[in-house]
Amino acid sequence: MGEAIVITSGKGGVGKTTTSANIGTALALMEKKVCLIDTDIGLRNLDVIMGLENRIIYDIVDVIEERCKLKQALIKDKRFDYLSLLPAAQTSDKSAVTQEGMKKIIAELKQEYDYIIIDCPAGIEQGFQNAVAGADRAIVVTTPEKSSVRDADRIIGLLEKEEMKDSPRLIINRIRNHMVKSGDMIDIDDIVQLLSIDLIGIVVDDEEVIKASNRGEPVALTPNRKASIAYRNIARRILGETVPLQSLENEKGMFQKVKKFFGIRS
Amino acid sequence: MQDKKQLITIKGTREGLTLFIDETCSFSEAIKELHEKIKKNKPKKEDPIVSVKIKLGNRYLQDDQDRQLSEIINEVNGFQIDSIESEVIRKEDALKWKEDSEIKVINRIVRSGQELEVKGDLLLIGDVNPGGKVISTGNIYIMGSLFGIAHAGVEGDRNSCIVASYMKPSQLRIADYISRAPDYESEGVYMECGLVDEEQDKIIIDRLQILLHKSKELGRFERRVQNG
Repeated sequence: MGEAIVITSGKGGVGKTTTSANIGTALALMEKKVCLIDTDIGLRNLDVIMGLENRIIYDIVDVIEERCKLKQALIKDKRFDYLSLLPAAQTSDKSAVTQEGMKKIIAELKQEYDYIIIDCPAGIEQGFQNAVAGADRAIVVTTPEKSSVRDADRIIGLLEKEEMKDSPRLIINRIRNHMVKSGDMIDIDDIVQLLSIDLIGIVVDDEEVIKASNRGEPVALTPNRKASIAYRNIARRILGETVPLQSLENEKGMFQKVKKFFGIRS
Repeated sequence: MQDKKQLITIKGTREGLTLFIDETCSFSEAIKELHEKIKKNKPKKEDPIVSVKIKLGNRYLQDDQDRQLSEIINEVNGFQIDSIESEVIRKEDALKWKEDSEIKVINRIVRSGQELEVKGDLLLIGDVNPGGKVISTGNIYIMGSLFGIAHAGVEGDRNSCIVASYMKPSQLRIADYISRAPDYESEGVYMECGLVDEEQDKIIIDRLQILLHKSKELGRFERRVQNG
């Protein structure tokens, strides 16, 4: 029996889709059976980042409207057998999917896969409700910006009303070390304190992420990039391992501070 | 037999007259006797205005009976009703009174977009995040950080106050007063309270110690009892 994890943020453009693709890839690298679901109906992106755009024949709306079997709509990744993608529809809108439909699909996928990663659309409307409906737990992505943290807070409030196994966990994305150091970016400590949920990972802002996305292969596949290691660490934490948080730089003070948070968590 | 027993007793004190109305007779009988007594004891024109206190004992007056009583007293020149006191109140009023004077203890985080509204005083154990809002008809005590909006005394009680362990609110509202955070980036304050300063006619934030001077008003229940 697998576990469904929804990746959400409230605000757009903070890196939900990139995070979904990379966590999925990283989990697959560790030989877990993973299915990615894109729920951003009408604005699908996950297939592009995964480089699977050309292979789409059926999509999630086809499954819900029973034009095809679930198995037919799943696209096997070109790199691993362990990884599949259920793409969103590009032509319909969000009302084409219902919460019941989502629950049914996820329940079916859980039989086969270890992890189901649900990429949530931005906003708090129908699309968000659909994406959250079948999830067992949630990961909230935020960037160290005021507006993004504010929206994350709102989303956590909404998630707490859903009946999930665990409280949501937090990923802080796109951290720019030099800006944090100069005090121009909100401190990680402050974000964690305000949102008061468990931190499951921090990801530095890395140009390689954009390059990799454009190539259609998630950055988690490139070894030795900071962002890549960060995503793989997050995947290990999802599996229940205790991994210390990455240092942003080889600066001891920051490392200790961040580590302290992780220490409280585990 | 009725004539023997006085339904209305009048006592003179330094502040004025006190009327005791017998609690066992019917209201119409009492009114009748009141009419007569008042006529007999009419003050002379040159006398100063006398204030009258009415004590009803264990009698409850409906609104129109209350009005009737005031009319009788007030129609005589020179009398002025100071207060009408009764030992009993209705259950409904008592429950409302209890609700208004209770402290509600709530343990949660009020996040962006959420609103927490209570009757009476609010003791929140947790934070109010930016974009969150807490509202109470009485005082608000926050054991945590206040970043959002707090509105105390929402039904118009200007004596309410807002207390927080850490205060950096976007707005403080007390009754019909509103104050907002300055436009420049500022640090928050620890263990302070917001209250209405009557001299400046606005909300001020000050050390908690200032509440010592207002401690009488903080004992909400006591205050309500005094006001009747």
